[in-house]
Amino acid sequence: MKKFFSILLTVFVPLSFTNASKAGSHMEAEVIHWWTSGGEQAAISEFAKAWEDMGNTWIDTAITGGDNARGTTVNRIIGGNPPTAAQFNVSKQFVDLVEQGLLQSLEEVASAEGWRDFIYPPELIETCEFEGEFYCVPVNIHSWQWMWINNDVYKQVGLPVPQTFEEFLAGAPKIQEAGIIPLALGGQGWQESGMFDVVASSIMGFPLMQSIYRDKDLDAFRDGRFESVLNTYRELNQFTDEGSPGRLWNDTTAMVIEGKAAMQVMGDWARGEFAVAGQEAMVDYSCVIPGKEKYVALGGDVFVFPKNDDPKVKDAQLAMASMMVNPTVQAKFNNAKGSLPMRLDVDTSAADACMQMGLDLIQNPDAIMRESDDWNTPAFTAAWGDIISEFRNDPNYTVAQVMDDLEGVLTSGL
Amino acid sequence: MPFYRNIAAKIALLPMIVISLTVFVGCIIYSFVYSLTNSKLVPVMNYVGFDQYERLFKQRKWDVAVENIFIYGFVFTIGCLIIGFLLAVLIDQKIRGESLFRTIFLYPYAMSFVVTGLVWKWVLNPTFGLENSMHMWGMTWFELDWLVNRDLAIYAVCIAAVWQGAGFVMVLMLAGLRGIDEDIWKSLSIEGVAKWKSYIFVILPMLRPMVVTAIVLIAAGVVKVYDLILALTSGGPGYATTTPAMYVMENFFSRANLGQAFAASIIMFISVVCILAPWAFYEFYLRNKYANN
Repeated sequence: MKKFFSILLTVFVPLSFTNASKAGSHMEAEVIHWWTSGGEQAAISEFAKAWEDMGNTWIDTAITGGDNARGTTVNRIIGGNPPTAAQFNVSKQFVDLVEQGLLQSLEEVASAEGWRDFIYPPELIETCEFEGEFYCVPVNIHSWQWMWINNDVYKQVGLPVPQTFEEFLAGAPKIQEAGIIPLALGGQGWQESGMFDVVASSIMGFPLMQSIYRDKDLDAFRDGRFESVLNTYRELNQFTDEGSPGRLWNDTTAMVIEGKAAMQVMGDWARGEFAVAGQEAMVDYSCVIPGKEKYVALGGDVFVFPKNDDPKVKDAQLAMASMMVNPTVQAKFNNAKGSLPMRLDVDTSAADACMQMGLDLIQNPDAIMRESDDWNTPAFTAAWGDIISEFRNDPNYTVAQVMDDLEGVLTSGL
Repeated sequence: MPFYRNIAAKIALLPMIVISLTVFVGCIIYSFVYSLTNSKLVPVMNYVGFDQYERLFKQRKWDVAVENIFIYGFVFTIGCLIIGFLLAVLIDQKIRGESLFRTIFLYPYAMSFVVTGLVWKWVLNPTFGLENSMHMWGMTWFELDWLVNRDLAIYAVCIAAVWQGAGFVMVLMLAGLRGIDEDIWKSLSIEGVAKWKSYIFVILPMLRPMVVTAIVLIAAGVVKVYDLILALTSGGPGYATTTPAMYVMENFFSRANLGQAFAASIIMFISVVCILAPWAFYEFYLRNKYANN
């Protein structure tokens, strides 16, 4: 039924919004995004403020949940009533839109302002560039590669803060004996597969991950190291609690903050939760990038600008794209968001110890890691994630079976 | 039946008929056509034959979804009918405060499935729900881990659904019971038939129209169950409680896999038609025919 409803919407909604943008000299822009939590709202309003300071109008269309927001964007583009700008992730999520010629090329402003010279790391350019033209604006970098650790818990049991998953596993039984949950994990698909990729990169290293996720190299997949990742992942899962299924990520972070759990693997957006709770980085809690080789993953957000028949809209789109990469706006935006900026010449003096760690690491090109969804379609990453999630939840799902099923996804051509 | 009979009513119904034909039939045809393509984020006419269906039937997740909808459909329908009928019979015993009980039992039905889902999610959560309370009261043997146990989670969904739906069935049945002629009760008691026997062998068959109505309404809810599961388990643990409707929505919105979503929805549609058509044919056509003869 919902499907019919959405088709109905795409048919009828355009009729009711006819040419909203026929004002005078100032420009009007409607922006669809999914930044609805406190810190996220603060971040997007930095963009809105900068846009309004230019004498323009900002129409904020915040939609809860990335899936919903992206669904709305696509429906409205197909229905002929596109927003001025819309948020996507650094990924392949919007490739179809580019291929169907539904997005505005930003090449004009990109080459005039020299985006290729200052966007850092250059991998972000790859995400946005199609046939030599820019189609999206990267606005920030978020990395999954973090363990968030309650220092008090480790002090209490007399262990040093672990730096790798092996060290964590060695200490976990002792934490459990003390009546504390060693590993806080929210049992939702994206959290389970997100943590899996962190375990994978920290154990087998990024080059091998790249040959599996990007090149679909079956020999690399079968050489034994991936199986050891699966085994470690299963070991880690013995140390979660039974309240895990369906728990939200921030409720899970709260368990670490309150000392009910020792450690959570989560992206750098978790730092905001510690900050709101009044905890200080490296004093009350530790942020650790696990593994001998340390990586920063290139997750994050981009904005795309759907094509519009009205030439005025195009002007607004180019102006907004240029505003989003502006170093002053970038500094304000990323400080509010807690993410890393997409260029190096940005003032980050407000960064805390954890963010500084990320900033230092990202300057080293070898430490930059791509994520599966940089190379693969949402259908592929979702099918992969389903298997990982099932592996976590079904103890009868053997490693050998999982290997076969994952190989099925690798060769499916999704 | 002559065409001109009730012509005004037919004209009044015309817009609805046109809308249902264009929207429903049109969308079904649209879905089928695009289920034969490899559409990802946007519908494109890129014909790939029945590949999407082949892929669909290879998915372990789809198997789980289909199995779940059968378990859910069976337990929910039977559960609602039995509990609803029992409640109706109990209330029919001319008890004191009848309207109060009726309100209490019907109340869950006034809630949206999302609210029901969230309430039961908290009640059944082992770390801060009922289990935790029992442990704090000293009953540490008490265990209620249905929601986080992959084999039982779908039954936890059924409990929540029955809790919501039973009251509605009760009201339908109660209306039927109140329509039973006093004389029938009198003759039953003269014959000395036990009360439970009269309910099951005499009254229940007389309630047939109520039962059919209840089943139709419940069955319609079974196929499209989505919000309850989303609120209660989000399809988890893993994908143990996923359903075909969730599979479609997921592929449609978050997975940018339109072709697959269309294929799955067409299969859903075909299965519903296969199950309902013979029964509807019997219930609404053949029976009338025999009754009229």
